[in-house]
Amino acid sequence: MSISQRQLALLLIAPGLALVAALFLYPLSFSLISAFTGPQGGVSLDAFRKAWELYSRDMLFTVVIVLASCLFTGLAAIIIAGTLTLGENRWIVGTLKALYRWPLFIPFIVAAQCMRTFLAKNGLMNNSFVAMGLMEPLQAVSFLDWRGIVATFVWKQTPFVALLLAGALAALDRATLEAGRNLGASRLRVLVELALPQVMPQLLVALVLSFVTMLSVLSVPMMVAGSQPTMLTVDMAFRINSYGDYATANALGVVTYLLSAGAAIIYLKRGMAKEGAT
Amino acid sequence: MMRLASSLRTALAAFLLAAFAFVLIGPLANLALWSVAERWYTPYKLPVTYGTRYWEQVFRPTGDAMASLGTSVWIAVLTVVVALALSIPAGYALARLKLPARAFFMVLFLLPQAFPSVAIYINVARVFYQLGINGTVFAVVLVHAAHGLVYSVWIAAAAFSAVDKDLELAARNIGASPLRTFFSVTLPLAAPGIIASGIFVFLESLDEFTGTFFVGVPQVTTLPLLLYNAAMGGNYQVASITALILLVPSVLFMLFIERFLRADVLAKVGA
Repeated sequence: MSISQRQLALLLIAPGLALVAALFLYPLSFSLISAFTGPQGGVSLDAFRKAWELYSRDMLFTVVIVLASCLFTGLAAIIIAGTLTLGENRWIVGTLKALYRWPLFIPFIVAAQCMRTFLAKNGLMNNSFVAMGLMEPLQAVSFLDWRGIVATFVWKQTPFVALLLAGALAALDRATLEAGRNLGASRLRVLVELALPQVMPQLLVALVLSFVTMLSVLSVPMMVAGSQPTMLTVDMAFRINSYGDYATANALGVVTYLLSAGAAIIYLKRGMAKEGAT
Repeated sequence: MMRLASSLRTALAAFLLAAFAFVLIGPLANLALWSVAERWYTPYKLPVTYGTRYWEQVFRPTGDAMASLGTSVWIAVLTVVVALALSIPAGYALARLKLPARAFFMVLFLLPQAFPSVAIYINVARVFYQLGINGTVFAVVLVHAAHGLVYSVWIAAAAFSAVDKDLELAARNIGASPLRTFFSVTLPLAAPGIIASGIFVFLESLDEFTGTFFVGVPQVTTLPLLLYNAAMGGNYQVASITALILLVPSVLFMLFIERFLRADVLAKVGA
């Protein structure tokens, strides 16, 4: 018996798909069913009501943190990638190029431990400011709250976004940018008005991926900001580990799915509007 | 006047660069300092006494850290084996064979990475608990392999499609069977890309925290979990040394990734 190429292809891909089905699709449907099932069985929104009562503040907190982190990551990445592409001082461009990628593959948990010490009241950051005479020792405050989470996310994600953006900028037609420069536009203006609009899709992809990543990270909010309010990932872990309350945890999980779906839809809508325009 | 303005600009740029370097390296420097600080308390800006006592404690053969390092590496190796065993055939099918709904399958492998994962892992843990495999190395390997599969499948597919088809045809023309052609022409030529994907999966597994946190506890303690426990227990030295151990492979990979992943393979990833 001989099999067709199609059947062979499906046969070869089947084991991988089976793993994805067993460890992603099945638990995903499990979480959806659990979130929409009431205490007595049957479809109900009880879990969402409870999740909203207990954690509405954390939902807002999560959205604000993730949006702020994406905004700052985007800005930092634009500055870095812009300098790498349009910078004229070879020494500065070279140093920046050698530096900015360091956090790229550093695990979030290591970044969290770094920031836990660096941003503490007596961390190296405050100590350096005091030693440089920029600050009195009594003025030192701890940044280990939402600001610490945002700082850690930006520190960790900026190299990734900057790398993609710098790649996209390097692939642009240099002639247009040079023409802008020759007509007397400053480098900032060339970056903002000529270069960035052309690489917006790449920037948005990188930011949407970062958005979903930040919604998935458990270690950073747990280690950098211990107390309330906190992010939904920590609340989910708490509901499970302390109460075994799967319904509420899964309702919170559905909220995180919706948030990341929202980000993906904004991106797709933009892409479609663009395609419609051309 | 022009010269003054230009040197002012250079000075400003140098200042910004120094500030950037401080923000970038400061947290890592703080980590390194904690790893050699035997005593460090307020109001001292730098450690009071330095020493390698905690390094000795961590690297003692019977210490927790060595056991965790062993567990982590063992899990990562098994994860690479599982991921490659699944992704070499899948990548070949995606790159070379007529596969119906190819784009759909590509996206399906991406999905575990495109969803916020905590909500998925708590349900995986629940299913594994019912099966009685929670807290085993096997369970952790499965979770890590599913997580890393998008990289290994996509990179393997890219590596296979970067192989010149004419070489395969030449082998077939001189009488090699399809299987022999695959093992003596296609696979060796795609090997650098596949090795790169294996390294990627190895690192992902080594660094993975969330999945292990839900599926591995309390029996399986990998390095990230040891780091977490030490940090939450207030032992900054052990936490920092563990973090440094995890840093080494990540930074090496960052420095050498371009050698592993050739541009012609990289350009085909996800396509």
